[in-house]
Amino acid sequence: MEQIGILEGRKRQVFEKKKGVGQPDIVCDTSSLSGSVSQRACVFCGSRVVLYPIADALHLVHGPIGCAAYTWDIRGAVSSGPELHRLSFSTDLQEMDVIYGGEKKLYNSLIELIEQYKPKAAFIYSTCIVGLIGDDIDAVCKKVSRETGIPVLPVHSEGFKGTKKDGYKAACSALMKLIGTGDVETISKYSINILGEFNLAGEAWIIRKYYEKMGIEVVSTLTGDGRVGAVRRAHGASLNVVQCSGSMTSLAKEMQEKYGIPYIRVSYFGIEDMSKSLYDVAKHFSDRPEIMDAAKQVVRDEVSKLYPSLQKFRKALTGKKAAIYVGGAFKTFSLIKALRSIGMSVVLAGSQTGNKDDYARLKEMCDEGTVIVDDSNPVELSKFILEKEADLLIGGVKERPIAFKLGIGFCDHNHERKIPLAGFEGMYNFALEVYQSVMSPVWQFVPRKGGNR
Amino acid sequence: MKHAKTATQNACKLCNPLGACLAFRGIENCVPFLHGSQGCATYIRRYLISHYKEPIDIASSNFHEETAVFGGSHNLQIGLKNVTEQYKPEVIGVATTCLSETIGDDVPMILREYKKTHKNGTPLPVMIHASTPSYQGSHIDGFHAAVRATVKELAEAGARQKLVNVFPNMVSPADLRYLKEILGDFSLPFMLLPDYSQTMDGGPWGEYHRIPPGGTSVSAITSAGSATSSIEFGSTLDASKSGAGYLEEAFGIPRYHFSLPIGIKESDKLFSLLETITGQECPEKYKDERRRLIDAYVDGHKYVFEKKVIIYGEEDLVIAITAFLREIGMTPLLCASGGKSGQFKKKLAELIPDLEEQGIKVREGVDFVDIEDEAKVLKPDFLIGNSKGYTMSRKNNIPLLRIGFPIHDRFGGQRKLHIGYRGTLELFDRIVNTVIEQRQNASSIGYTYM
Repeated sequence: MEQIGILEGRKRQVFEKKKGVGQPDIVCDTSSLSGSVSQRACVFCGSRVVLYPIADALHLVHGPIGCAAYTWDIRGAVSSGPELHRLSFSTDLQEMDVIYGGEKKLYNSLIELIEQYKPKAAFIYSTCIVGLIGDDIDAVCKKVSRETGIPVLPVHSEGFKGTKKDGYKAACSALMKLIGTGDVETISKYSINILGEFNLAGEAWIIRKYYEKMGIEVVSTLTGDGRVGAVRRAHGASLNVVQCSGSMTSLAKEMQEKYGIPYIRVSYFGIEDMSKSLYDVAKHFSDRPEIMDAAKQVVRDEVSKLYPSLQKFRKALTGKKAAIYVGGAFKTFSLIKALRSIGMSVVLAGSQTGNKDDYARLKEMCDEGTVIVDDSNPVELSKFILEKEADLLIGGVKERPIAFKLGIGFCDHNHERKIPLAGFEGMYNFALEVYQSVMSPVWQFVPRKGGNR
Repeated sequence: MKHAKTATQNACKLCNPLGACLAFRGIENCVPFLHGSQGCATYIRRYLISHYKEPIDIASSNFHEETAVFGGSHNLQIGLKNVTEQYKPEVIGVATTCLSETIGDDVPMILREYKKTHKNGTPLPVMIHASTPSYQGSHIDGFHAAVRATVKELAEAGARQKLVNVFPNMVSPADLRYLKEILGDFSLPFMLLPDYSQTMDGGPWGEYHRIPPGGTSVSAITSAGSATSSIEFGSTLDASKSGAGYLEEAFGIPRYHFSLPIGIKESDKLFSLLETITGQECPEKYKDERRRLIDAYVDGHKYVFEKKVIIYGEEDLVIAITAFLREIGMTPLLCASGGKSGQFKKKLAELIPDLEEQGIKVREGVDFVDIEDEAKVLKPDFLIGNSKGYTMSRKNNIPLLRIGFPIHDRFGGQRKLHIGYRGTLELFDRIVNTVIEQRQNASSIGYTYM
């Protein structure tokens, strides 16, 4: 077979764990190499994913049509009520707007859309071109806010001004403007905000249920089944519980600074991390030991239900090898543990946006011979999947065809998923999905598994 | 209440660069390359993958802030070098975006510079540049821009040979395969551009392919300049913007220009042209297909007669489908497109002389909220178009028959056939079944024979 090389400019972002030898740190946190076909998107994408699940807000994309069209209802973030977030709004800038400026079009669009849809707030995303033609979107937002009486928040997400992470930050600073504007009087001392949980396939509801069983009040799920009103009250919570740390840590830090709310990082994937995320919250409220007792009860109940049902999968999957390539590094930690709990090992672990600490931890966690990659691309992913003879790839839509073309199983762990994978019941779904893909008889026909011709 | 409407809501179009990427994917050993932000490439990949279920690598020059200030030349050149190294392509198809167009990057000049600096190394890939600013037109314009740029870059003059160029428009991989079968059965050497029938709908791989196998070869495109004629589909496609138009201008190759061949009348035009070009009678196989299609029309005519529909999508597809629907006695209420060529109504009227008389509404440059508003008043029996109409279909309880691109919520969209007698038959079957299913579901009796 043809040797696949790694681009010179990317070699320091790829690493294979080896015994004994001191190895340099992986290089990360950089912008993508030109021409390398990164799996990342852009600043706009970062902002859009964070704010998208706020279901009673208007999300207007200021730019040419593509940015809004490609993000129309692409995510599985579900709402228990309004669904304004599932519509796609764009100022659809044309050549004349580019020449003469798009402010007037933005203003008219906003006034009309707010009149028509009566949102509780509006987020205005600026795209690449807005950064060039110099529309003063802050001024337009202020004016419209004054005239309509709702918060109209600019999100400075010009695609080229950084990476997806900068988009997270832009979204967080828009959220910070909302937080602190609601009434917090009735909020319990034993209360949390859930940050970075997007309610894909209703996952936030599952998590919320566990915390509520423990006697914790969930003030806001911010970005999953989100509501403007709840975001406004978020400063009333006693603790911020942060999943998807890549996107929401900066918000948690800001809230700590401004409102003195401490935060913890958690993950809801896999039995181990899910349990820990309940215990850690209980520990925070140690002045009320009933909370810890309740947490233990929740874990006991759930695990005793879940554990026997996993055995079938574990038996079938033991010894199978997985490759992981997802957006945030924190998720890879949980996935490694979750895969181990069903008998699988991990031969490739990577993320689009991990930082130095993440990769150091990943290095610690992984077995020898595991390849660790930052901001990888299809060529590299294919190379390692083949070399390491993986049986499964975990990733998103863009990774799926790589797996399928090469004839290996795939588990969608990205924002389009329709099946909840978080929580204890999510662990069952995860194991089931992995099992259904890896154990399918169709692989006998693919060339890599000996299917001829 | 009717609302004033400045913003586009639920767009019925995509942006210019998407079409260019798809077209470049139809060239053998070609990597599409977007000169702009990383997001454009990634979003477009994701969007295409969700329809075609195939890998599509699109490179990006990945603009940063400094790039936007100082120009994209440096990034583009690094990108070209990296793509060349990593993919070893024969062709790199560079399409611009709103970003690089607005800062005014002179891409042809940058490409020339790049070639000059790298002329002493290994042979460089062919570099094609298509100008596709996202603030102009829609994806279909990008598609044609890439096709035209490709022949412009590669086609060479030569002694006329028995060869026909075929520019099929943005049809499905299944349509492309069928076209090739037809041309093969007429024993007619052809140059089909683009041809993503395999790159976007191929088999499993035994080993890794940097670029999926398939596509129109560079040498075939080079020979386009010596063909005897070109066939081009797409009523609104102007010669000044098309591949065949360029070949006519540059090499005097006659351009036969049609609607997409959907329905009997439009398919007949294609087959009789092929008879003329080859001097050969239409193979029995296709006469058979035609007879079977007529037989089906007859068997199913009562189901479809005066059934009311709204058709939306790319202008050329809508025109062709509407002509077909009139041929079977259906009643199009509205022809709608997010595109805005300015030719939509005129070209519809050319194929459907009683357009006005029938009261068929024609609207260009609309979005799905406009179409939904119309649907509420017009009350069609069903909708025909891509799967982005599902939101309004569900909300208003109007069935949707999915055709074209994208089909994101059904399996096998890339294998749907639309053109020729065979494609028309497939469409006709699906239409009749939509009606039957509706009737069956609505009946309290639950008929088991329909």
